[in-house]
Amino acid sequence: MLSIEQFPLLIVVISLLSAFTILILGWLNEKFSCYISIATVLLQFIMSILVLNHVLTVGTIHYWLGGWKPPWGIEYAVDAMNAYMLVTLLFLGLLCAVYSKKNIEHELPRKRVSFYTIYQLLITGLCGVVVTGDIFNMFVFIEIMSISSYALIASRGKIALKASFTYLIMGSIGACFFLLGIGFLYSVTGSLNMHDLSILLSPLYGNKVVQAAFVFFIVGLSIKMALFPLHTWLPDAHAFAPAEISAMLSGIIIAVSTYAFIRVAFSVFTLKFIMMYLPIFDIICWVSIIAMLYGSVLAITQTNLKRMLAYSSVANMGYIMLGVGLSTSTTMGLTPALMHILNHAVMKGCLFMVAGAFIYKADLWDIEDFRGLGRKMPYTTFAFILAALAMIGMPPSVGFVTKLYLIIACMEADQFIFVVAIFVSTLLIVYYFWRVIEYMYIRVGDGDDKEVEVDEVPTSMLIPILILGVLCFVIGIIWLIDIPLPLMDAVNSLFGLGVMP
Amino acid sequence: MIDLILAKYNYWTFIILMLIGFYAMIAKENLIKKVIGLSIFQTAIFLFYISLGDVIGGTAPIVSDETISKGYIYVNPLPHVLILTAIVVAVATLAVALALIIRMYEEYGTIEEEEIVKIERERGITCQ
Repeated sequence: MLSIEQFPLLIVVISLLSAFTILILGWLNEKFSCYISIATVLLQFIMSILVLNHVLTVGTIHYWLGGWKPPWGIEYAVDAMNAYMLVTLLFLGLLCAVYSKKNIEHELPRKRVSFYTIYQLLITGLCGVVVTGDIFNMFVFIEIMSISSYALIASRGKIALKASFTYLIMGSIGACFFLLGIGFLYSVTGSLNMHDLSILLSPLYGNKVVQAAFVFFIVGLSIKMALFPLHTWLPDAHAFAPAEISAMLSGIIIAVSTYAFIRVAFSVFTLKFIMMYLPIFDIICWVSIIAMLYGSVLAITQTNLKRMLAYSSVANMGYIMLGVGLSTSTTMGLTPALMHILNHAVMKGCLFMVAGAFIYKADLWDIEDFRGLGRKMPYTTFAFILAALAMIGMPPSVGFVTKLYLIIACMEADQFIFVVAIFVSTLLIVYYFWRVIEYMYIRVGDGDDKEVEVDEVPTSMLIPILILGVLCFVIGIIWLIDIPLPLMDAVNSLFGLGVMP
Repeated sequence: MIDLILAKYNYWTFIILMLIGFYAMIAKENLIKKVIGLSIFQTAIFLFYISLGDVIGGTAPIVSDETISKGYIYVNPLPHVLILTAIVVAVATLAVALALIIRMYEEYGTIEEEEIVKIERERGITCQ
């Protein structure tokens, strides 16, 4: 009998099985691959919503693989935070799968089967990182996720190969540091289960090995999530991947790495360790501020839309990590950070899909070539404007809500210089998005012969773009009227955050 | 001091190997050498795990009535199992890396990083 307690494992397994099904059925007929992929991700999405509902009404789900009890066997533990991440990632994953149908037919006509096989493996890895409660299992899933994203980035060939290789080298260093951290923890505790580790570690916080392990985790995951000084792989990898993979990379993959960081910092090492023994969160705040400003400034200098969006992702990682860094010193805890994970996924997903739509229609990469697109692709550019306004932070969009919450958090923590930095970065965002909108709508007169002949993208690509564009504002209103607040409170109380120290 | 170094020689070996691999990954221009560096780096961590599981005088962890009655000591098998998984991950990474290098060699006719960057500059970042 199927019960919701089994869903965390099934979400991972269904995706893995569908990868092989696509490979076999795709060999018979290429057309199947896309539909199987969409159906699987849709099924997973529905299951993830049921899991979220169950977690909020009944409580944390613990699933023991093979019936082995936790310290010995692998445990999948799904609490409010996992469930929230699971819904977010599968939602964007579903829209990307729908969007990819036409786009992949156009960009990778002969490689559709292998594309969807690896896409399903990517979803497997992402879901696995999110649901697992075992730290070594998390390493394995992080690597499944990373290796499949290396392959997907490289799928367009040419310059993407170099970008993918740089990401591979950087990402492997990050994963090795993570593995080393696990080794250190195992050598002092002899356990790999996260809950068990948090209990066994509490008398050992003064131990140098434990502290070194924490540093290895931070550095390793910072590479994976492209935190400021370690972001060098990101712009090329995000810019030259196929559009839907750029959307996944930017909206989900770095966010899932952030999730892994939050999980390790607060579930394995607890709040007490971070506050008393290794007060690293102040440094993270400052690094995030630099990332916000640096990413925005470099985004201004780009002429290529996708590269501009990639640098904007570096800046947005700054927003998320600022939320994480401030979480220990305010009453809001992780709410701003988790909020921006969803908000960023929606906004950046929409923007990358629009950028992909221009490439699909007329191979337009440079912002200067966008003259007159506002008239020729009205719906696509409308969605772009919605998402760009959300990035800038127009009320009541998602970007506005994040900035509002972050500013309140900064005020509570008495860090007014962070408030100034948020305003400066907002001004920079206005500048670089206005430039694109100017080319699309206003600069049409000077040389009509330069305008390209294009029309609207196919419906299956337009629907995800419009859904995400509209959601930029709908989700903002949902946040403002506090509907998801019980979820956020559940996450904060889980980690003992949200109460003034 | 010397005693400390000699007693923990397994850790020193792992650190030295890891830094050699790290150096190769950062400093070498040849892409194949970078991948070799990556492999050395990963192998160093595997050695660290394996040496963690070792017990002096320990034997293979096969439990039977005979071995229990004779009072044998066993090495810890869990790090070995973990590393078996990590080796699979490393092999997958290596395969993807080598596949990328082959594709780059077909594309640019070289596997020196500097020359690839130079060719890219000449073409301009047109992405096509």
